[in-house]
Amino acid sequence: MEKLVFRFEDGQRKLGSAAQLVGVVSSGNLEVLVQAADLQNACEIEINTAAMGFGAIWQAVMHDFNQRWQLADTRIAINDMGATPAVVSLRLDQAIQACLEQAP
Amino acid sequence: MSSYLESTARQRIAAMVSDFNEFLPPSSQWTSPHLPQLNAPVSFDDGVVVGRGSIEGKQVYVAAQEGGFMGGAVGEVHGAKLVGLMRAAIVNQPDALVLLAESGGVRLHEANAGLIAVSEVMRALLAVRAAGIPVIVVIGGSNGCFGGMGIVSRCANVIIMSEEARLAMSGPEVIETANGAEEFDSRDRALVWRTTGGKHRYLLGDCQILVADETYQFKTAVVQAMQHCSQADVALSLQDLEDEQTMLNNRLQSFGDMTEPMDIWAAMGVRHPEEVAMLDTGAFLQLTASIKTGERQHG
Repeated sequence: MEKLVFRFEDGQRKLGSAAQLVGVVSSGNLEVLVQAADLQNACEIEINTAAMGFGAIWQAVMHDFNQRWQLADTRIAINDMGATPAVVSLRLDQAIQACLEQAP
Repeated sequence: MSSYLESTARQRIAAMVSDFNEFLPPSSQWTSPHLPQLNAPVSFDDGVVVGRGSIEGKQVYVAAQEGGFMGGAVGEVHGAKLVGLMRAAIVNQPDALVLLAESGGVRLHEANAGLIAVSEVMRALLAVRAAGIPVIVVIGGSNGCFGGMGIVSRCANVIIMSEEARLAMSGPEVIETANGAEEFDSRDRALVWRTTGGKHRYLLGDCQILVADETYQFKTAVVQAMQHCSQADVALSLQDLEDEQTMLNNRLQSFGDMTEPMDIWAAMGVRHPEEVAMLDTGAFLQLTASIKTGERQHG
């Protein structure tokens, strides 16, 4: 297992307070848990992945994700079992959309 | 229209249960303490969703196992969540406990903790029945229901399955590994489903309701099962155990020397057993309607 942590400062968009989980920890898949947290407008992402040595690719995927959403005060936790970058992006967007649908 | 087989545990709950209130949701992050020691990934719900809600106005306590995470296998936390749900049901007296089972059995990574967990689930399930609350098990996931969870399921009042569902003790690959491909060829999918699949379980009386693989049909069957149970004594009695023993003795006597499920179906009076596998659920139920009378009983 490899643990990666990314933090993006100065987000613009806050999500609702209800936590959201999408995806399942199965082969080639991952689960994404999104929660509101007081992070001084930052978005923090912690990844635990079964695939070792892909830090640079995670960095790129998380950078793109942050560009798309610019989240503030959001904590994201990921349990990954070897999902491809496209699946990771898809699940992240799915989770954020679920949060936005939940928000009043 | 949605396939129960292809749904995740959370999708099944969303489709079948109203006003669902989850206990120990993923955000509480009660994960397995054993998997990190083995350098294996954890899941925030440890592969099982538990909580309370309602189905067609009836209050239910419900659990759904996620087959995608380690085949739905029961680890220490997963098992403790099931046990806690059942104990809470005894205190709060819902109309039923509904278990959406999908599991390969004990999570062997967690060794004794997993084994103890499954035995505690069995004890808790029987305590739920003893408290007068019916237990309804639903099996329809691609991982089937095997090992310890197969036993747990057969402790329930009613089992609902689809044709695609499987229910057994040892899984096909376990039998093949232990006894060889001559004994059981786990790659022969037709044989695997003839032996463990929903149609065979229904004919034998191991499952009481067979439905097509549609989530709403499973939900309708749960409502039907709750209605049935409301008129019956749901606690497991000594008489029930003796009846079960008699049924198993009769089964052994009638079919014990048969190695092919189609032979068993023929002996039960199914006229064209070779056609059974290809029949859709409606046609199958029609064909076997006369057979199931008297042969089958609620556990």
